[in-house]
Amino acid sequence: MNHTPDLKAAAIKGGVATDQRHDSAHKHVSGTAVYIDDMPEPAGTLHGCLGLADIAHGTITAMDLSAVRVAPGVVAVLTGADVPGENDISPTGRHDEPILTDTLVQFHGQPIFAVIAETREAARRACRLAKVEYDALPFVTDIGALDPLNDKLVTPPLTLKRGDAADAIAAAPRRVSGRMRIGGQDHFYLEGHIALAIPGEDQDVTVYSSTQHPSEVQHMVSHALGVPSHAVTVEIRRMGGGFGGKETQSNQFAAIAAIAAKKLNRAVKIRPDRDDDMTATGKRHDFLVDYEVGFDDEGNILGVDLVYAARCGFSSDLSGPVTDRALFHCDNAYFWPAVKAVSAPLYTNTVSNTAFRGFGGPQGMIGAERVIDEVAFAVGKDPLEIRKLNFYGPNGDKNGDRNVTPYHQTVEDNIVHRIVAELEESADYARRRRQIAAFNANSRFIKRGLALTPVKFGISFTATHYNQAGALVHVYTDGSVHLNHGGTEMGQGLYVKVAQVVAEEFQIDIDQVKITATTTGKVPNTSATAASSGSDLNGMAAQNAARQIKDRLVDFAADKFQVAADQIVFLPNRVRIGNQEIAFADLVKMAYFARIQLSAAGFYKTPKIHWDRDKGEGHPFYYFAYGASCSEVSVDTLTGEYVVERTDILHETGRSLNRAIDLGQIEGGFIQGMGWLTTEELWWDDKGRLRTHAPSTYKIPLASDRPKIFNVTLADWPEAFEPTIHRSKAVGEPPFMLGMSVFHALSDAVASVADHRICPRLDAPATPERVLMAMERLKGEVAGVSKR
Amino acid sequence: MKTTLTVNGQLRHLDADPRTTLLDALRNHLNLTGSKKGCDHGQCGACTVIVNGRRINSCLSLACMHDSDEVVTIEGIGTPEHLSALQQAFVSHDGFQCGFCTPGQICSATAMLDEVEAGWPSHVSADVTAKQDLTVEEISERMSGNLCRCSAYPNIVDAIMDVAGSAKR
Repeated sequence: MNHTPDLKAAAIKGGVATDQRHDSAHKHVSGTAVYIDDMPEPAGTLHGCLGLADIAHGTITAMDLSAVRVAPGVVAVLTGADVPGENDISPTGRHDEPILTDTLVQFHGQPIFAVIAETREAARRACRLAKVEYDALPFVTDIGALDPLNDKLVTPPLTLKRGDAADAIAAAPRRVSGRMRIGGQDHFYLEGHIALAIPGEDQDVTVYSSTQHPSEVQHMVSHALGVPSHAVTVEIRRMGGGFGGKETQSNQFAAIAAIAAKKLNRAVKIRPDRDDDMTATGKRHDFLVDYEVGFDDEGNILGVDLVYAARCGFSSDLSGPVTDRALFHCDNAYFWPAVKAVSAPLYTNTVSNTAFRGFGGPQGMIGAERVIDEVAFAVGKDPLEIRKLNFYGPNGDKNGDRNVTPYHQTVEDNIVHRIVAELEESADYARRRRQIAAFNANSRFIKRGLALTPVKFGISFTATHYNQAGALVHVYTDGSVHLNHGGTEMGQGLYVKVAQVVAEEFQIDIDQVKITATTTGKVPNTSATAASSGSDLNGMAAQNAARQIKDRLVDFAADKFQVAADQIVFLPNRVRIGNQEIAFADLVKMAYFARIQLSAAGFYKTPKIHWDRDKGEGHPFYYFAYGASCSEVSVDTLTGEYVVERTDILHETGRSLNRAIDLGQIEGGFIQGMGWLTTEELWWDDKGRLRTHAPSTYKIPLASDRPKIFNVTLADWPEAFEPTIHRSKAVGEPPFMLGMSVFHALSDAVASVADHRICPRLDAPATPERVLMAMERLKGEVAGVSKR
Repeated sequence: MKTTLTVNGQLRHLDADPRTTLLDALRNHLNLTGSKKGCDHGQCGACTVIVNGRRINSCLSLACMHDSDEVVTIEGIGTPEHLSALQQAFVSHDGFQCGFCTPGQICSATAMLDEVEAGWPSHVSADVTAKQDLTVEEISERMSGNLCRCSAYPNIVDAIMDVAGSAKR
């Protein structure tokens, strides 16, 4: 779009803290936004399909691929032996994840070979012709029967400890212990995995990969091919959703496409079928949380002991950091005076679980909320009272010992009290609590439930070295700007936010800033776009690049016009130099002729953070993001079916870069979190097969599942405690955990069948079946027939 | 197999394997990549197009069944320079995040509004014979065949509400 900058404007278009629309909005609505499968295919492009093991655990004794090789259209069949470099894509270097497994099959659906054919159809048909024989081995899919402390782990566990939890619990006036089961979740990104590899000369290959982590794909492809990283370029303009599912899981498809492309010297595309995608790629970890809590008669929690066991699948993948983050959130917003929390990343014969929005944090947090619930039921109080009673102390609290986390980081930016107080007020919690009690007393079959839950989420990668970012900014002689950074766009609006930062820095309209596809060739050694860190890291790096160029322009102008540097001010689309104003583009042109460098690489590393995993101590998070939600549900006690009647949310993103984008993240995150805890159930059969591998059997939320009344507010008063990019805060993951209020409202409705005297101990996901069973169990207990 | 169909007002000739789905024909043979393949099972709605005025999952329909049919895809609804009212409303309300389901949502919503206009009831309609008011509940129910994993549903429904009832869309 041609645009002449307004040289008299009072403000630029699309600066920070404006509701700038998504940069691809007009393309999304017209079907012109290009995803990898929409790119024109190079002449002679071949298509791949993966052959998947149909046994949960065993050794391959014979693999007859002769019929596959001669099937119509088949050009090549690859096995582990065809990997020229290292047959491994373990992201943490534990060498436990083959690209194509040679002999040992460790989960049902593990890729064992790949067919490359003239068409996708031909490749898929040929895959079915393989004859594979196995020696079956015993397998385990569920962690319920495993011992968290003694059974096989995929990666070393973590222990967090402050004070003596055992002593505190033993000395406490009252104690409760129990276990909670928390289900996993499939990402169900609408655009499945895809990689398109195009061979180049020498060792070169370019891979278009739907990935959140282009640098890692680059490294994995280079290892797989046995070539230096410089031979591999990975590019991604946009993903059709990621949610963590494309942090490491893209590696396999990219590596196989690249191997085939180099072997055959033709472009190769692999886009698995939806069922294969759901079968062969990792998901959110299921957890079993064992807890014991000591407390007093008021509900003050005195000591907590927690074991978080996770179904990790057959390899480590990111299970170490995921289970670590679960422990980092075993407190949610609460101060545990004495605490011991242990993780158990358990080996199972299932697909290797991976990153998913929240990255273990949600599972950690809902374990904490269960502890709160237990205490509330034990002392006979509203769970919200117990929550507030046990919050971390307010900032500057004289009683300063109530703000140290289980990992010994002091909470310095606590605003949970105000967030919860404001939401309690705006959602009219107290009055509705009374109304619901009255309603339930008079309603025989439909019961209502209400809950208000807080969120405090730690921001930063816990792998400290990941907290760095790069950006590349070019200013062209017409004053237009080319922007590139290491972050990837998956719909979250990162590209537009970073462009807003650059527009703000140069004081030029945002349409003068061209956002370009993420590529390892422009910004190297990047971190995954994950941990909610995209805008924080890349915004800072881009700002740094822009400032370098700006500083050079200022030096140049000061010299040329003989004015002091402080007499040079960047105004909207123009620059005031002493007493005169000239267009930004004109200053740029002058600078070019004076041989001023108009390109810069920016860099940022998050300050203040450090983490000693062996000691379980440090300052792993730069800051915390806060929010709270209040949900009301109605449950049919005859069927367990339920409706979310109303949800109120108050969430904060500091001084928001873009409120419209942030609100979308909050609403979407909440609904996705609600799906995790309600309808989304993964189910493996007795042969170790995942039977919920398509939307026919796996139910994500629909438009009709959102709360009937949905009030979402972005708090307008907070600003980041730390000097983040324009004092904004991360928004990607924290709202996901707002979905907990729906789960707890369901629990509240279930509790009503036993007059709120018994903690319902509802497991997640709270499907209608599980809600019904919980109600029946409670009714039985009330009748004196314990079914537990 | 030879098939002739009208796509976005243009007569198009297709010579494809009879097992080719309408979605694959559009994407791979006619280079109309706006319609997306989400699940290929007729369960996600990303491939929704309008055939003879009615919305269908193009992945569940064979192209050869549509000889002489009128097909409208997202490319026929509007262009970035000339958006339809509904497309504009999706932009104004941020009715998407990653955008992958958006073409299907918009095709679906476009035809859905015609269904309401024609007096078709839905599962949540209290009176199946009366003319339906387009409430949030009605729209949400009628759009429940189009999944959005980013869960931009509130904004999608708002965008549709915005143009519902107005003549232009």
